[in-house]
Amino acid sequence: MAINWFKYSAPTTFYPLAGKLIPWFAASSAILFAAGLYLGFVVAPSDATQGEFYRIIYIHVPSSILSMFLYLVMAGYAALGLIFNTRLSSMMASAVAPTGALFAFIALWTGALWGKPMWGAWWVWDARLTSELILLFLYLGFIALHASIDDPRRADRAAALLAIVGSVNVPIIYFSVKWWNTLHQGSTIKFTGTSMQVTMQQSMFTMLAACWLYAIAIILMRVRSIILERERNTKWITELAEVKK
Amino acid sequence: MLEVSNLACSRGDHRLFSGLNLELHPGQIMQILGANGSGKTSLLRTLCGFIQPDEGKIAWEGSDVRDLGEDYFAEMMYLGHLNAIKDELSALENLRISAGLSGLPLNEADAIAALRRMGLKGRERLPVKVLSQGQQRRVALARLLVIKARLWILDEPLTALDVNAVALIEGVLAEHLAGQGMVIFTTHQPLNVAGVRSLSLS
Amino acid sequence: MKNLFGLLLLIVRRDLLLAMRRRADVLTTLIFFVMVVSLFPLGVGPETDMLRKMAPGVLWVAALLASMLSLGRLFSADYLDGTLEQMLLAPQSLSVLVLGKMASHWMVSGLPLVLMTPVLGLQFDMSVQAIGVLMLGLLLGTPILSMIGAIGAALTLGLRGGGVLLSLLVLPLCIPVLIFGTGAVQAVTSGLSISSHLSLLGALLVLAVAFTPWVTAQALRISME
Repeated sequence: MAINWFKYSAPTTFYPLAGKLIPWFAASSAILFAAGLYLGFVVAPSDATQGEFYRIIYIHVPSSILSMFLYLVMAGYAALGLIFNTRLSSMMASAVAPTGALFAFIALWTGALWGKPMWGAWWVWDARLTSELILLFLYLGFIALHASIDDPRRADRAAALLAIVGSVNVPIIYFSVKWWNTLHQGSTIKFTGTSMQVTMQQSMFTMLAACWLYAIAIILMRVRSIILERERNTKWITELAEVKK
Repeated sequence: MLEVSNLACSRGDHRLFSGLNLELHPGQIMQILGANGSGKTSLLRTLCGFIQPDEGKIAWEGSDVRDLGEDYFAEMMYLGHLNAIKDELSALENLRISAGLSGLPLNEADAIAALRRMGLKGRERLPVKVLSQGQQRRVALARLLVIKARLWILDEPLTALDVNAVALIEGVLAEHLAGQGMVIFTTHQPLNVAGVRSLSLS
Repeated sequence: MKNLFGLLLLIVRRDLLLAMRRRADVLTTLIFFVMVVSLFPLGVGPETDMLRKMAPGVLWVAALLASMLSLGRLFSADYLDGTLEQMLLAPQSLSVLVLGKMASHWMVSGLPLVLMTPVLGLQFDMSVQAIGVLMLGLLLGTPILSMIGAIGAALTLGLRGGGVLLSLLVLPLCIPVLIFGTGAVQAVTSGLSISSHLSLLGALLVLAVAFTPWVTAQALRISME
């Protein structure tokens, strides 16, 4: 039986579906956050060389992974919206951007917090931190461009083109920054010991899953408000129970 | 032949027109009527392919203009509110560059002849910024004489023109129609050309 | 093929002619570049050792900023007087037309910076060899800045605060150019080979020529809607 995927790409069907899904994602994210933080900050043993400071990686690593991955997700949705002219994809892209930027910011912040006890400086020009900073700039560019164009359709399309150019550029930027870093013999974050202890691994994955679910829940919430805002003049919106009230 | 079927267009949240149909055959001229803000310019810009219509199709000689692309651009000419001329360049330079852009390099003698016909004798080599508004519009309209397009899309071509210039344009239009050309235009001034059909946007 | 080349030539000649009639614009970019570079010694002190070390970075960043400054004008003048509409309707390849605009933009605002570099390099006590490599890097890199910048200029066309927004969009994308350009000078001063840096810059230039005109053309169509 063929499933009509395009049915779910229409805001009219997606809006109630997202509404039903959000509580599940939000609740499981909250549970996993609690479990992950408990595992990471209480159960997991302290690191041989880094002591207790290393525990910030349970926040730092998942947020940096998500910040990078969400950029690709955003660019993917934006490209879909640009090529197939599907409204929902473009709305998804603009819903992903702030969450991605938030994770990039958290990754930078926690990286700085980690750097202070490790290297004695809040900021070191480590290749990964620098790339993360540039990634944050790319997110901000996307958001700023989208915000400064009044016509939503032009904004979607222009920002989509920027996101695609950005995602093509990300590997080049990452490579060049890494190269620059090795030339200048900068400090690089390295894990002590090649194998992580099992509890450490478990808490890391729990936190990663928690962040994922959080991202999905918040993006769905944001896309729902974008749908309401963009489609405010359509009939189905005015017939929604929450709008009638 | 230009054929528009079931065209709908909106700016922002505002629906300008919908279900619009029109047909323009060789030798025909059509005026788009409507109050300010009724979407005349948007319609013309949609016909040029600048704006993607919300619905509907625009076909030139039976094929969608989106698929034709440059082949369509080669057969049409658009004259907008803006003159598309450079202040720093002379009328002659402006005209020759416009012609070059359309892929039809123009020699100096032909360009001067076209400008003279537009009543710009003696001003061909002055920088356009010293010309009056009406004269600048004439420089822009000189493109009609040198670019060989079958479909003319003219948005308010008569702005800033004096009586003589309007008469001149009427003659140019009549000539174009006699040669199996097509014209679609908007204007708020009277224009005397035989056989004008009109389409009202309301 | 000949037709495309003719179009390229037409646009370059047109833009150079316009630049000649508006010389002040060209000069402002160059003066800005010289001024920014000259301010650095005043800000950090006149020790020649430090200045020599800083010079490639300072010149490159100044070149980046100067090209951002001039990019705002790349399409906006044509946009405001309606010429850009006519360009989009020209029955010719928009990508080639855009490439022509990029080329003339570089000749007007990138090339003068490269030519000015030796004088500024001497202010920073750079060796002749280092200045040569710096110029070579700028020669390969400034066209890339014009091309990447053109995408930003096309996307921000007609927006309020377009200039600042343009820099915000384009500067992060220019980082690789900055890294390889300054890296080459540092390599030559520490006695290493410069070929890898310069060939990477060359590769970026080839990529930019291949893709940015088309992307910019799409951006222009989006912005003109």
